[in-house]
Amino acid sequence: MKLSYYPGCSLHSTAAEFSASTEAVFKTLGVELQELDDWCCCGATSGHSLNSYLSHALPLHNLVLAEAAGNDLLVPCAACYNSLKATQAFMAGGSQEARELNRQAGQILGREYRGEVRVRHVVDMLADARLQALLDGKAKKSLAGLPLAAYYGCLLTRPPKVASFEANPEQPRLMDRLLARCGATPVGWTHKNECCGASLAIPQPQLVEQLVGKIVAAARYAGAAAIVTACPLCQTNLDSRQPAGAEPLPVFFITEIIGLALGLDAAPWLKKHLVDPLPLLRQQGLLVAS
Amino acid sequence: MAEQQIIPSYQLVAPVARQSGQPVSRCYQCHKCTAGCPVTMAMDLMPHQVVRFVQLGLEEELLKSKTIWQCAACRTCVSRCPNGIDIAAINDALKQRALAKGIQPALPEVAAFHQAFLASVKSKGRVHELGMIIAFKMKTGTYFQDVPLGLNMFRRGKLRLLPEGLKNKARFRALWQGEKGGQA
Repeated sequence: MKLSYYPGCSLHSTAAEFSASTEAVFKTLGVELQELDDWCCCGATSGHSLNSYLSHALPLHNLVLAEAAGNDLLVPCAACYNSLKATQAFMAGGSQEARELNRQAGQILGREYRGEVRVRHVVDMLADARLQALLDGKAKKSLAGLPLAAYYGCLLTRPPKVASFEANPEQPRLMDRLLARCGATPVGWTHKNECCGASLAIPQPQLVEQLVGKIVAAARYAGAAAIVTACPLCQTNLDSRQPAGAEPLPVFFITEIIGLALGLDAAPWLKKHLVDPLPLLRQQGLLVAS
Repeated sequence: MAEQQIIPSYQLVAPVARQSGQPVSRCYQCHKCTAGCPVTMAMDLMPHQVVRFVQLGLEEELLKSKTIWQCAACRTCVSRCPNGIDIAAINDALKQRALAKGIQPALPEVAAFHQAFLASVKSKGRVHELGMIIAFKMKTGTYFQDVPLGLNMFRRGKLRLLPEGLKNKARFRALWQGEKGGQA
């Protein structure tokens, strides 16, 4: 199997370990990832906040590149995933603006968008039956006894009609199932899709600390030893802005957990975390002392 | 205390509906949006009021509000709205309207962040996080906020020193400018 790969800006910087673990996991499963050549930023929250044109023109650039490459497009970043899906919905709507944008894309990019490319988030892809079979065959370590809180945040499930690949967007399950498949115990908890404040962390750090505090307290109350995310901004906010006073919970990317189950060397990814997850993993016998 | 008299005007419904793509006139004020919104504690207008104010034409109150900038775009409102209204998209339309009219954002630091982010994308095609944060700090004077965190992230190789660029710069520039772009 071969997929096009759109890492996005965060995975080349603050969330480099999300990219490294995604690439390692898919390689181990025998899926070839081909990074989209010359991809651009999706515009993220700032794009749709200030400039409606760019909020669709930038994702369209990447969708057209992906269609030219011809494979399904794998996206680990929840914000990039959401932007791409929003633009696909906008284009499918067929408004005059959408047709005009496509005509213009055709002139500038030398190719119009046809609505053929399938955009898959990492969680959606890993939960695919084909990948599940590969995972079951290659898992080397069980994470038995590790209680984890699967945290979905906002952009993987909302707006449901545009973005969600879950049966019930208010009660997402796919990451919980992946964790259970690795042997871990996904905890039932209240804040799996409450907002962490996302990019408001830079202009309003106190507000984001408040939101993060509630999420982490809920995970702790449910008995989780760590939180697992599939969004670079969720991970950064939860990893960096837990309120003082309690022992901070480590915050993993889902691909790091799967990498551990596959017996991959996770230390280079985990060393980038601000809340050190190594003591927890050593305690669980999941990490070779390095 | 006498209540402020409001003379309703429908002038705002059509332009905001067009710009946001949202059926603003469908709202019947069930307040489900406000019940689920994670950032109401920092808002001066509640999400359901944003829609009501659009219906009533209270443009000045909306464009000068903190709420349009405070919205985290988490989309909980649209997920639960019985009428499928995306209030985050309405807030985006109102932010753009406020900037177009030269109205000072009620949360200038949030506006400055979005502007710094887009300026970074514009110059290279991809966000350079370190450069964007420095530009934001210069603009807002928040030089010392989060400095220990920034150093910690830098030490762990989470902030690249140099920006990445695109190979086909001309193509990206043409797309950025577009025909209707360039407002940012």
